[in-house]
Amino acid sequence: MPINLTLVVALAVLYGAGFYLLMQRSLMRVLLGIVLVGHGANLFLQAAGGPAGEPAKAGKGLDAVSDPLPQAMALTAIVITFAVTALLLALAYRSSVLLNDDEVQDDVEDRRLRQAPESEDEPASVISLREGDQ
Amino acid sequence: MTGLLVAIPPLLPLLAAGLALLVSRIRHAQRVISGVALGAVLVDAAVLLAVVDSQGAVVLRLGGYQPPAGITLVADRLSALMLLVSAVVTLVVMLYALGQRVTDHGRTATTSFHPVYLVLSAGVMLAYLTGDLFTLFVAFELMLTASYVLITRDVTADRVRAAMTYVITGLTSTLLLITLIALVYAATGTVNLADLGEKLAGVDPELRGALSLLFLTVIGIKAAIVPLHFWLPDSYPIAPAPITAVFAGLLTKVGVYALIRVQTAVFAHQDVWHVLLVAALITMLLGALGAVAQDDVNRMLSFLLVSHIGFMLFGLGLFSKAGLTGTILYALHHITVQAGLFLVLGLVARHTGATSLRRMPGGMARQRPWLAVLFAIGAVNLAGLPPLSGFLAKVTLLRGGAASDTEMGVVLAGAAVVTSFVTLYALARVWVIAFWGTGREGPPDADRSGGELSPVMTTACAVLIGAGVAMAAFAAPLSAVADRAATHVLDVTSYRSAVLGGEP
Repeated sequence: MPINLTLVVALAVLYGAGFYLLMQRSLMRVLLGIVLVGHGANLFLQAAGGPAGEPAKAGKGLDAVSDPLPQAMALTAIVITFAVTALLLALAYRSSVLLNDDEVQDDVEDRRLRQAPESEDEPASVISLREGDQ
Repeated sequence: MTGLLVAIPPLLPLLAAGLALLVSRIRHAQRVISGVALGAVLVDAAVLLAVVDSQGAVVLRLGGYQPPAGITLVADRLSALMLLVSAVVTLVVMLYALGQRVTDHGRTATTSFHPVYLVLSAGVMLAYLTGDLFTLFVAFELMLTASYVLITRDVTADRVRAAMTYVITGLTSTLLLITLIALVYAATGTVNLADLGEKLAGVDPELRGALSLLFLTVIGIKAAIVPLHFWLPDSYPIAPAPITAVFAGLLTKVGVYALIRVQTAVFAHQDVWHVLLVAALITMLLGALGAVAQDDVNRMLSFLLVSHIGFMLFGLGLFSKAGLTGTILYALHHITVQAGLFLVLGLVARHTGATSLRRMPGGMARQRPWLAVLFAIGAVNLAGLPPLSGFLAKVTLLRGGAASDTEMGVVLAGAAVVTSFVTLYALARVWVIAFWGTGREGPPDADRSGGELSPVMTTACAVLIGAGVAMAAFAAPLSAVADRAATHVLDVTSYRSAVLGGEP
């Protein structure tokens, strides 16, 4: 299969920029990264289908038409990434309303466990609660 | 006629989901619809298992296209076994959710739970039955998109970050899966699993190995294989107990199923695969050690879930009949016991108002003896003590490891035993702190249940925990079916001829 150099460069840029953005702390950049990689993946499906050709219709020779299967798969993938991106946007909006910022933080529970005392000592709040019982 | 049996599990829940949306204003209508749909799927799965076990794989060619064209649904013994256990779990967890009123979204009635839950079940069922890589992707998306909605329902400020992590991680693995499909299609020009197996055999072995590794990475994110597990213990515990239970029971196991199916039918590994065995080793040990460090019981169970995925990879990585039988038995055992334990601890949290071990009032064994019995059986089963289903599955796995004639197999068998002890330790900690002792007053107004144990929820827990006991009671026929399933999965030519050959 001959390789289309333009497509290869476009794919490299989309995947590279997309994954770079995915690693960022800002939620908006992560989202844009997902959009870019999504476009890259759909373009990749097209590239996998081989060279361009006539639209696949009855009555055309099999050699003249382009492969319709990757196009169908890309359509499905576009719909799915579109829907999930919309959900993610709504969630990002919700999170900015609730938290007033758009940084992705380290996991809170992990940090709490790291700072917890080595032994099974209980936090001050529970001890005071118990003393109240006695 | 047998084709209909294969079509019902993915289609009926989808149709029911649409119907449930339409009738959302009528009282109780949604509950009846999802109950009937999931019950029918359960009956269908039981019949399908009987048919497949006596007659061999059932293949449904949608639209009548001859494979590799068109969409094919295939049910062999492995799919049917997973289907049956998953149908039990989806039905039981739905009953539990009704008892907990998760379905009601707080005070006001909601329309979203039942349709989304039905879509999730449809995705899970479709993933077990699909015969091509692209439909597998669609099944994963059905399942994951529904899970995004379930996990972000009623999201609050402290949980919205974890929900975002879950969605972004899921979406990244999805995009990698599309990339894999594009690469596979470019190399072979087909996505049908049976056809792919034949065509990939003629491809450069290095390319085949790279594709196989990429698939392992994609599934590694979905099934939480260490080091790609980081998202799971952060995101699963934020959902209500029944939703966490169904995620923990089913979603990761669907990933394991896909890994078994694709690595055998498509990439046709014949020998021990060391990469997978190393991943299994790290997953088992790190997951169990992570569980010991946790304070929140749901996070602890999530780490144990990650750890026990390692057991299934161990059996698969051997690529021997004994190992694969162990993996299948382990997956069936683990789906029920993990979901059951999440449900039991959900009830504990409901009555004590705490999921943190430091804040547990203790003394549950005296106050709620039935709950204590259920937790004890589940915990002992997950740790793999005899005579329950966990023991059966682990013994089969260890035998496979010992019989593999490689050092790796023996090392992994040793690690599996160590992991089981660490699991027992982590669960014994919960037992001592939450159930043992005399009990003290918890925080005021902690009990959100009105004091009484809900009979529906307790029964739901009992069914799932009891499933482990039942699997041990019927160990002989179950092992025999699992053994036949493993034989068929490893015999790639019979899978290919079942799908590709025969009458249209």
